[in-house]
Amino acid sequence: MAAEQAYVSIRDLTFSRGERLIYDGLSVDFPKGKITAIMGPSGTGKTTLLRLIGGQLLPDSGSIVVAGQEVPKLKRQQLFELRKQKMGMLFQTGALFTDLNVFDNVAFPLRTHTDLPESMIRDLVLMKLEAVGLRGARDLNPAELSGGMARRVALARSIAMDPELIMYDEPFTGLDPISMGMIVKLIRCLNKALGLTSLLVSHDVEESCSIADYLCLVSGGKVIGFGTPNELMHDGNDEVRQFLRGEPDGPVPFHYPADDYRNDILAGGEG
Amino acid sequence: MDRIRTLGRTGIGMIESLGASSMLLWNSLMWGGPGSAGFGDLVKQLFSVGVRSLSIITVAGFFVGMVLGLQGYTILVDFGSEAALGTLVSLTLLRELGPVVTALLFAGRAGSALTAEIGLMKATEQLSAMEMMGVDPLKRVITPRLWAGMISMPILALIFSTVGIWGGAFVAVDMLGIDDGAYWGNMQASVTFYNDVVKGIIKSLAFGWVVTWIAVYQGYASMPTSEGIGKATTQTVVIASLAVLGLDFVLTAVMFGGV
Repeated sequence: MAAEQAYVSIRDLTFSRGERLIYDGLSVDFPKGKITAIMGPSGTGKTTLLRLIGGQLLPDSGSIVVAGQEVPKLKRQQLFELRKQKMGMLFQTGALFTDLNVFDNVAFPLRTHTDLPESMIRDLVLMKLEAVGLRGARDLNPAELSGGMARRVALARSIAMDPELIMYDEPFTGLDPISMGMIVKLIRCLNKALGLTSLLVSHDVEESCSIADYLCLVSGGKVIGFGTPNELMHDGNDEVRQFLRGEPDGPVPFHYPADDYRNDILAGGEG
Repeated sequence: MDRIRTLGRTGIGMIESLGASSMLLWNSLMWGGPGSAGFGDLVKQLFSVGVRSLSIITVAGFFVGMVLGLQGYTILVDFGSEAALGTLVSLTLLRELGPVVTALLFAGRAGSALTAEIGLMKATEQLSAMEMMGVDPLKRVITPRLWAGMISMPILALIFSTVGIWGGAFVAVDMLGIDDGAYWGNMQASVTFYNDVVKGIIKSLAFGWVVTWIAVYQGYASMPTSEGIGKATTQTVVIASLAVLGLDFVLTAVMFGGV
């Protein structure tokens, strides 16, 4: 990985929500043209990391460089320009515009950002929808789509402007095996065909390992493991091993911190 | 001590909200005129905010006019001045009740709908998705709604007053038997365009601006949960109604004098 060029580079990132410290000096490079799966226990701030990279949240300190641009220092207009030209994001819910049908959802960024004639927009939209297998669903409304279909439409919309970086927020959550297989295949194919840099936040170890070039394990505000799936599977770190093997107890305890069990029970109705 | 702390926290919270909502207003209107996000969006919002409020405004206006006619008659008839009923109804509606009641109904009907819509867009990550596509939601979502509210309110208030005057005429002329000519003639003689109609329009413009501003801010700043959206919707109606009544006093004092 050392020889690979980083598309997203994060250094000494500190971020807190209220009193709670989410990231404490996090540093990581996400290589260009590769799929990197960001994994870690629930509540460690994986989605927050995507929002920090996308400039939707501002860090307390540290640097986040995307395509050579320091995201937290960009002005509002510059940030929107960077997102328009370089970034795409697939949200967990799909986040389709409920007042627009499938076709208009995918056409939205094209109509907003370009002066292309409607005939060309139609061709582009149909090409994107064909890529996700939903050309036939162009006239449906978001309410008529299943969870998997909605996510595929959202994926078509997020690649409408041909971004260089695409971020997937929990793309496999709540999908049936067939829909999940489709999304896995699409992420892999799109990354290869379009030469994208992909960041994937997920809990699904098996699916993520099957498509990711690298895994980035985050816990306790820091990166606890970064490497190929094979490297991390044989990592000596207990926390990495516990997460990847799905062990119920280990460095991340089964029990939420509490007083002594015996004392708690004997205390009767006092508590 | 705790009470003082709570009071201080509430005060700081209010100042923060005022600052954040002012920034929202500034950034949204920085995008320019009503059609800056495309006239299609503006027309859609004018329909949603304005046209869809027409039925409640019309019906309410007619009833308020009828009640004014009845109440005015019972008072004026004691002085033998029932011929002045047209003047009373029209001046009350144009100067006061038209803008104020329309604004209160507008806050309940359109304001709460705006807050709920924007809050739901936030909760379902539509606003975030827009941002990540490089589209500023302030320009695309907030600006057309703000302009639609500001354009709709004066028109709705004028419709309210017009229908109210008809409602008054229905009671006065058709039910109570006041002379048709006296009702309309006295009204024409006493109502002035600048002092009554224009000042009423200025009031409704101000109310439209305040109600829409509060509604879009409450939606934009709401917690993205069902409870948060419910709370924001209630806040819109409560804050906007109080703001309208408070602002009405200030505007009345400034425009009609006496203070």
